[in-house]
Amino acid sequence: MTPGARPTEPAGGEAGSTMASTPKASGAGANINHPVGAGTWGVAGAVAWRSMHTYLRRPDLIVPSLVFPLVFLASFAGGLSALGSVPGFDFPAGYTAFQFVFVLTQSALFSGLFTGFTVAVDFESGFARRLMLAAGNRRGIVLGYALVALSRAAITLTVVTSVALLAGMRITGDGVDIFGLYGLALLLVIVGYGWAAGVAFRFRSIQAGPLMQTPVFLILFLAPVYVPLSLLKGWIHAVASVNPATAFLGAGRGLISGVHEHTALAFACALGLVVLFAIWTLSGLRAAERST
Amino acid sequence: MQIGALAKRSTLKTLRQPFQMFPIVFFPAMLLAVNASGLQSATRLPGFPTHSYISFAIAVAFIQGAMFSLINTGTNLAEDIESGFFNRLALTPMRRLALIVGLLVGVAALGALQSGIYIFIGLIFGAHLDAGVAGALVVIALGSLAATAFGAIGCAAALKTGSGEAVQGMFPLFFVFIFLSSSNLPRNLLKTGWFHTIATWNPISYLIEAFRSLFIFGWDAAALERGFAVAIGLLAVGLGLVVLTLRGRLQRT
Repeated sequence: MTPGARPTEPAGGEAGSTMASTPKASGAGANINHPVGAGTWGVAGAVAWRSMHTYLRRPDLIVPSLVFPLVFLASFAGGLSALGSVPGFDFPAGYTAFQFVFVLTQSALFSGLFTGFTVAVDFESGFARRLMLAAGNRRGIVLGYALVALSRAAITLTVVTSVALLAGMRITGDGVDIFGLYGLALLLVIVGYGWAAGVAFRFRSIQAGPLMQTPVFLILFLAPVYVPLSLLKGWIHAVASVNPATAFLGAGRGLISGVHEHTALAFACALGLVVLFAIWTLSGLRAAERST
Repeated sequence: MQIGALAKRSTLKTLRQPFQMFPIVFFPAMLLAVNASGLQSATRLPGFPTHSYISFAIAVAFIQGAMFSLINTGTNLAEDIESGFFNRLALTPMRRLALIVGLLVGVAALGALQSGIYIFIGLIFGAHLDAGVAGALVVIALGSLAATAFGAIGCAAALKTGSGEAVQGMFPLFFVFIFLSSSNLPRNLLKTGWFHTIATWNPISYLIEAFRSLFIFGWDAAALERGFAVAIGLLAVGLGLVVLTLRGRLQRT
């Protein structure tokens, strides 16, 4: 197959089942005798190249991942801007920045989740099973999809940030704060991916999609999405107070505005979840190995 | 007779599948609970029409339910097409339009049922239906009409594509219409100019405002007229698309 030619698409629609024989895959660490490389990074590179190649060439994958965060941003930052005038609402960077952090968090988590969908689709099409048979080090598969999640997130976060800035978002934090904000977002990508990939490796079907999405969706919306925690009342205040997403949003909003809040707690939570979901994903990989 | 049999099949097919009924009840109820609590402070804005955000927000549940009708109806019809059931039906002496009208009568019945459930859930959560029992009947009628209208659009999508996956893919597209409407704040409080313009041109805003008027204002003839006009207009568009796509589908059959 010539470089750039569209490989045969298996059932399930994911291109690239013949990735092992493509010249570009060779460039990513593969060779003829060991199709996707024996080392962890060789496998990871090949998986990442193949999945990103598919992602970038399929509008049905890339467009929703860009459009939905923008719709959230438009709807919340545009449609709810009057909430910035609610008595007790005091956010120095303004309501657009306040909502941007929610959209950034949501985009980061869902970039990871959507990569979990890719894992599930690859299992349904049979590609992932063939990959597991061919890979010298199967942990490289997990790592490769993690690179895909991070790459997808980089595209989405760049677009969302650009649109927010064009829409007049103010950033009152300094450069270090913004570095911290995007560092936290990248950790959340891995959190979302870790959860979804663990589910995908166990169920090996896209029908497990609601199981991947629903808990994350619930956790996100049971946090202070529209107004700060101090303005929430009743049961939602009680739930949001113990929700880790509250720490992520609080820290993100603190970083973008330069008025730090729960930053250390948020990073500790994110790192804890990364470790927890790494174990969850690797044990899922073992479950998939047993079934292969 | 033909329509009745197909309507019964359509209704039972949805009611017997928990994974179809679950999102219809769970997601609107969950979003209502979350938004009603999270946005309660919006009622402190000058010009907000009520002190109860749940009475304000419950209108959105009816629209979400109607959009689930689009997905469920379209997916069920697409499954019938994929399995060959639709083709076998088309080969019987059954009248062509009865194939779809039967399905939509079932959707209308389910739309009325789900609207009743949302009213019940709303009242439990603390919503106040200002228009009373007669208002509840109007809410159910409008909910049923809206569900039928969206169901017709789902049927057209299924007839055109013959793919359940393609129909499912339309769901987020329609959700955008809810987000870019007066779903979370009244239009007079949409301060961002472009958003106010989109919400004003978005027909879903008027559908939401019709439901909302019954909960927080009582009887508002203008809001109800606009809401029913939008629902009837969507139904007309949906049925027009169904006629066109049905013709194409049957030619292929």
